[in-house]
Amino acid sequence: MASAKIKVPETAKKGEVIEIKTSITHDMESGQRKDANDKPIPRRIINTFTCKYNGTEVFRMDLHPAVSANPYISFFVVATETGKIEMFWNDDNGEIYTAASSITVS
Amino acid sequence: MVKPESGLNRRQAMVAMGGAACVGVLPNLAWATPAEAEAAVKALIGSTATTEGRVQLKLPQIAENGATVQLRVLVDSPMTAADHVKAIHILAEGNPLPGVASFHFTARSGKADVSTRIRLGKTQNVHAVAVMSNGSVWRAKEEVKVTVGGC
Repeated sequence: MASAKIKVPETAKKGEVIEIKTSITHDMESGQRKDANDKPIPRRIINTFTCKYNGTEVFRMDLHPAVSANPYISFFVVATETGKIEMFWNDDNGEIYTAASSITVS
Repeated sequence: MVKPESGLNRRQAMVAMGGAACVGVLPNLAWATPAEAEAAVKALIGSTATTEGRVQLKLPQIAENGATVQLRVLVDSPMTAADHVKAIHILAEGNPLPGVASFHFTARSGKADVSTRIRLGKTQNVHAVAVMSNGSVWRAKEEVKVTVGGC
């Protein structure tokens, strides 16, 4: 269901504040809607987004049904060391979608 | 995004139509109220006193499509271990549920500056509440006129 895109700089200077942009395809079904037969459509959203830098959480977002479909999130982190920046999107159904990028810090 | 004055009547008509469409599709939909939004703020931050300021909430004055409204929120802070923004909470007082999103930062976030896209069911105030590492709480609000609700 979900396909993620992330934009992370490949290189940075130590201490530089870098921007990370992410988006993921997801309906973000709010749980407020009804189908053609007037039956409530169950809620299914991405409820948490986490960014980890070499395993340490550096940014987290709690999402509620009022976040638009195909959630777009941009934020900043400090480039502290060479390594891996990972993103995690937690779906209401228990699935976790991931994306990762390597960064070289000089 | 601001239309010329001549578009006003059409816009007002569309607001009316949008409202009618929402009610038609969702006859039992209950909107939150400003009081419920304040209760949600209290649930997030406790009884801490809040001060207007330091938070910049950037939203369009008029959102033609309430299903996707650009939101940017930033708080001026050195973002050091001793002095940083811990969290920013976004609440919409006129949506079915007031909670929109919460952003959690550390000193390693570098900047408390985030952008996302949100849903707004109707014209309403959106609130941003920022919790600092020293425990102080700052807030801002912006009104968004929604042409077609994204409920």
